[in-house]
Amino acid sequence: MDFPTILQVLDSTIRLATPLLLACLAGLFSERAGIFDIGLEGKMLIAAFFSAAIAYTTGSVWMGLLAGVASSMVLSALHGVASITFRGNQLISGVAINFLAAGMTVLIAQDWFSQGGRTPSLSGGARFNAITLPFAEALQGVPILGPIYHDLISGHTILVYVAFLMVPLTWWILFRTRFGLRLRAVGENPAAVDTAGVSVVGLRYAAVAICGVLTGVAGAYLATGLQAGFVKDMAAGRGYIALAALIFAKWRPWYALMSTMLFGFLQAVALRPDLIQNTIGIRVQVQLLDALPYILTVIILAGFVGRAIPPRAGGAPYVKER
Amino acid sequence: MDKMPAWADVVLIPLISLLLAAILSAVVILAIGESPVEAFNLMVDGALMRSSGWGYTLYYATNFIFTGLAVAVAFHARMFNIGGEGQAMLGGLGVALACLYVPWPHWTLAMLGSTLGAAAFGAAWALIPAYLQARRGSHIVITTIMFNFIAAALLNYLLIGVLKPTGSMEPASAKFDPSFALPTFQQMFSSADAPLFRGAPANVSFFLALAACLFVWLLIWRSRLGYEIRAYGWSQTGAKYAGISGTRIIIISMLISGGLAGLMAVNTTQGEAERLILNSTEGAGFIGIAVALMGRNHPFGVLLAAILFGFLYQGGAELALWTNIPRELIVVIQALVILFTGALDNMVRMPLERIFLALRRKES
Repeated sequence: MDFPTILQVLDSTIRLATPLLLACLAGLFSERAGIFDIGLEGKMLIAAFFSAAIAYTTGSVWMGLLAGVASSMVLSALHGVASITFRGNQLISGVAINFLAAGMTVLIAQDWFSQGGRTPSLSGGARFNAITLPFAEALQGVPILGPIYHDLISGHTILVYVAFLMVPLTWWILFRTRFGLRLRAVGENPAAVDTAGVSVVGLRYAAVAICGVLTGVAGAYLATGLQAGFVKDMAAGRGYIALAALIFAKWRPWYALMSTMLFGFLQAVALRPDLIQNTIGIRVQVQLLDALPYILTVIILAGFVGRAIPPRAGGAPYVKER
Repeated sequence: MDKMPAWADVVLIPLISLLLAAILSAVVILAIGESPVEAFNLMVDGALMRSSGWGYTLYYATNFIFTGLAVAVAFHARMFNIGGEGQAMLGGLGVALACLYVPWPHWTLAMLGSTLGAAAFGAAWALIPAYLQARRGSHIVITTIMFNFIAAALLNYLLIGVLKPTGSMEPASAKFDPSFALPTFQQMFSSADAPLFRGAPANVSFFLALAACLFVWLLIWRSRLGYEIRAYGWSQTGAKYAGISGTRIIIISMLISGGLAGLMAVNTTQGEAERLILNSTEGAGFIGIAVALMGRNHPFGVLLAAILFGFLYQGGAELALWTNIPRELIVVIQALVILFTGALDNMVRMPLERIFLALRRKES
């Protein structure tokens, strides 16, 4: 494999890992606060649809992003009402949200655009376009570093950079602010937080809302950055891969970056089966690469390679003493 | 003292939840510019007014009975088996292997073989998540979700590789021997002057599903093992104190659950397609969740809920055929049913409990 090809694969790794990273950080906020969220998939899907639909009708991708985030937050609110206010089963609520999004997106897309459950393809200002970072052209001639800067680091859409910046920001919020401390505490021992006079319900709603914003951005990136328009079921299991990455990362932000990059890399390689054959000399089945994130997660979950311990109060609704 | 009479819990709450789901679905249909009343009439007409409609309704219901029972059995041990889809896919593999590589002399024996194959493969696919839950504490929901994807990849691999007959372009196994075909309702109940169930895929595996309902009822409420499963689901510490092994209960109940989900493949793979195809499950594993929640985890409730969802499925196909409403409407209805009967259960329950308490106070 030569240098340009490696850069090419890594470039598509970054692009494919971005939605995973955003969704993974979204899940991180929610699960650290004790709210399991298997509805990441559905929220990404609905955000993908609304961002594409609104971006197409208004011609502005920023309006699309706003609509995507809003729609994802509506589903987040539903999850919050079900699992915080009515103390329902968070897993069942997540499943319901996934189906709701899968059905509603096609239903509305068919009603609005009559193109068999997709939006018209987006172009120009209705999409997030690649940004060339300063000096990328000028530095292109520098050996090794020049192409890395020009091809790999520069030339992505703004949401990619936002996603990467979210990693230190998430770390800072969770581990260096009072809000973050309380958020983590509410996922470990909500009773203690309650005793300290801080609202458990409020904190959990805040976490679920942040989760909605981030999945909304992830979905908008899918439809307006990575691809140009919404197609039926376009999240294609990414919400579940993000969930897997979250476990792989043991619910920590920097590890989340690594695990989503790894899973993004697997997706990028799966697109180029010829490369693997040339590099290691054996033909690896694409299906194996597809299944690898899930297999790795099961192995991690099994605790054979380092133990993944979820937040202790995860999944349990908090009942205040009466 | 119970806050509510038992009948309210079993009948009233599911009915109110269903009503809420139906109202919201009607709003959705209105919003996309169609008439809910007309849509409902069309669904009833297509699914229930003709025997061939019933043939499709019961065919779908057969799938949902199996997957619904699978979810219900796991729920009794307080586990959420979301992996019915993957287990049913592997069940299909079991059916295909039994039908492709064994020269059965008669369809009854072939059905016996495929039943065992489907149950064994489905159960085996549930075994690893069950073991990991019991021994390593990995959450069963996450592992079964992962196993759904692994199953899909595995089947995809097999159907474009080993199982695909040479020269075929389609990702599907070879056709089974025609003599293994299960008798359809048309063959069983039609006579020359009274044709019934014409062209419908409902077949003898519907009775296998009914037998499975009976089996689950006997297991859960009339057997020692069922008592232990319920005890474990009710209180893990209490069950442990009573000498019930949690590991054993988790593994056995998941094996039964996986086996039941796998059995669905007898209906789809041997009964209908007569070969193993990609995505033969069509999401039935997930509908099992809605069916079990709606049916309150009781086999009889599961049977009724499965027929309801069979009706929705067949009716939805009719809608997609005659109106502008896409099939995905069913997915929305399914989501709403899961939401109201599962996640928002307390939203319906709390006001009802208050009403019943108020009534009781007035009496005394």
